[in-house]
Amino acid sequence: MPIEIPVDKWPGTVNTVTLGATAADGGTRSKVVTIGGEKSLPFMHFENETPHRPVIAMEMTATRPNDWSQVLLDAWGDVLSDPGQWAQACEEAGADLIVLMFGLNDGNDNPITPDFAVESVQAVLQATGLPLVVLGPGQAEIDNEILVPIADATKGERLVLGLCEDANYRTIVASAMANDHLVLGRTPMDVNLAKQLNILMTDMGLPLDRIVMDPTTGALGYGIEYGYSVMERLRLAALQGDAMTQLPLLVNPGYEAWRTKESKVGEGVPETWGDWAARGTHWETLTAISLIEAGADVVVLRHPDSVTRVKNAIDELMTLEPA
Amino acid sequence: MALSGIQIYKMLPQTNCKECGFPTCLAFAMKLAAKQVELDDCPYVTDESKTQLAESAAPPIRLITLKAGDNEVAVGNEVVLFRHEKKFFNRPGVFIRVVDTADEAAITEKVAAASSYNVDYVGLDLKLDGIAVEAASGDPAKFAAAVSAVRSACALPLILVSDDPAVVEAGLKVLDGEKPLVLGANSSNWEAMADLAKQSDAALGVAGDSLEEIADLTVKIQEKGVEDMVLHPAGGTMGASLALQTQIRRLALKNFRPLGYPTVAFAGDGGDPAKESTVAAHAICKYAGFVVVDTFTPELIYAILVLRENIYTDPQKPIQVLPAIYEINNPKPSDPMLVTTNFSITYFSVANEVEGSGQSAWLLVADAEGMSVLTAWAAGKFDAESIAKAVKEFGAADKLDKKVIVLPGHTAVLSGELEEELPDWEVKVGPREAVDLPGYMKSVLV
Repeated sequence: MPIEIPVDKWPGTVNTVTLGATAADGGTRSKVVTIGGEKSLPFMHFENETPHRPVIAMEMTATRPNDWSQVLLDAWGDVLSDPGQWAQACEEAGADLIVLMFGLNDGNDNPITPDFAVESVQAVLQATGLPLVVLGPGQAEIDNEILVPIADATKGERLVLGLCEDANYRTIVASAMANDHLVLGRTPMDVNLAKQLNILMTDMGLPLDRIVMDPTTGALGYGIEYGYSVMERLRLAALQGDAMTQLPLLVNPGYEAWRTKESKVGEGVPETWGDWAARGTHWETLTAISLIEAGADVVVLRHPDSVTRVKNAIDELMTLEPA
Repeated sequence: MALSGIQIYKMLPQTNCKECGFPTCLAFAMKLAAKQVELDDCPYVTDESKTQLAESAAPPIRLITLKAGDNEVAVGNEVVLFRHEKKFFNRPGVFIRVVDTADEAAITEKVAAASSYNVDYVGLDLKLDGIAVEAASGDPAKFAAAVSAVRSACALPLILVSDDPAVVEAGLKVLDGEKPLVLGANSSNWEAMADLAKQSDAALGVAGDSLEEIADLTVKIQEKGVEDMVLHPAGGTMGASLALQTQIRRLALKNFRPLGYPTVAFAGDGGDPAKESTVAAHAICKYAGFVVVDTFTPELIYAILVLRENIYTDPQKPIQVLPAIYEINNPKPSDPMLVTTNFSITYFSVANEVEGSGQSAWLLVADAEGMSVLTAWAAGKFDAESIAKAVKEFGAADKLDKKVIVLPGHTAVLSGELEEELPDWEVKVGPREAVDLPGYMKSVLV
């Protein structure tokens, strides 16, 4: 019998955002990454072409991480102490872009300084040609203190700076605007809070094609269903034409999954949890795949094996090849 | 699509006889539309209307229940595309596949391990639903032997995978009195498969290269008297399967009956265990009714079962944890007593931060009707009285050397009242956000 396949026609489109700039565009990146542009729900290729595939960012820290799972420390080895080498290793592992996180200190128990922060960013920029996301430690005063000089020192690179939150976005947005960078806004698992922050940031004059949003998600087993549904609702609103939800989505399955007990703890856990290292990677991979199904444009991961698996899955999701 | 009260009213006698117990036929129709009464309460409705109303009342995706003894797995009955629109009702059945060409001892070992697997997740006992036995041998006797081996190793419902009716028949003979899923029918074998399914009351999987082909088959098979079917759309890349699963769900929800059945997805079809986790996650998120996995390792199955639980949680109803005192990292009497609410995400945020930091604590979870700290406080469900009640009910004082309790920072305002409620306790105010707890415990509490 002939079947008419139901096709959704949406009035809205997700913004197209380009991360990083090559020399031709005022930066030094050898590659740029373009995300967004969807006119349909994720991977509905029979309705519309998906202009840009979801990409994988890898998270690294400016100083050797002191609270990461041993499984991750074992997987990365010595590069963890050298931001440049670590960034290169991320690129080799298949990352499309790098997320560089700062903590509150400089690795020698001294409070972080603007000079240290700028040097770290420059070391990473020199070591890899990938676009870069730079995130402060998440305390308003210190974020502003380090992100402003970083933005100044890397003018034109189209870095993504963050985190912009409702309590602290003005300084970051202003310095991104002044130096041709982008920003990342984060709100806690709520459609309206996400919209509100986007309104505040664009009110300052920052164009929408320079904002990426992180709606926050839980990990598998730790509230992922809330983040999953908030993302689905944000994407549906975007396609329905709500401009303040039409930002590409960046989420952190690596951070979320690797702080769960399942990934972090290897001893004294139930036998039914199985092998620790394999479990950690599954936890990260399943979290990432679910969020990609819900509309993620960027997933930030931590383990190289997860990158391979998620990348292969995205390859598959991007094609309609029958068996 | 379900009919409205007005549409139903048009099919009723419209005599307002009141014998149904309602003053008018319209009032009765409204109750019918809300599914609060049964059509049988109307003594005068015509058979024609009965048929029409029964059809419209049928769920858009048929509920399929597989059974083996007391063990059952029911899938289908879904009514939405997105969980936030209402909820996903019936968790997909997760099955482990064994192949009849494998050595019998290996089959028995895998099945015994898989079927006895159970893992605790927030107080829920998560388990696998059954075993899929695939006839790779093509030999009826060998398949029957494999099915017998599986049946003697476990009591869970089965899926029999073969497109050869003779092979399936041999397998079904072993499973007397059960309702397995036979997988299944295709355009060349459907008549014989439909006969077998009908005789043995098995559910029948229907495979096809296109939705048209599958829909044609389900109509013909239904005419042969088989009602319980499961759709097995062609494989292909994850993108291809997502398109098919989405199209089937959309058509079914538009009441296109020939595709109004749950689906089955094989996560292991690519032959790569690393890939299997991603395909299984994909199938759980996007609409599979049965997910068949090849690899049985506890760490993979645990992750898959937890994802299924999360995606099928009712979005309208917060998941709650049981109010109690929870132990984090084997606390000693000198460790702090933290207090929070029984909203699962609140509990997880707090427990996870403390657990991840490696520090030990007692976590007192008070009954706040499943609300988060701020919401519960605003609603009066998390106040000094309820916290004091929890302290007494769970014997918090007996766990500690020093009676010190730590309130969430957002409810600092409660500290005075709590001191009145608990005169012999010291009340401290912790950080507002769970993420700051480890730092607070390290710097302030020690």
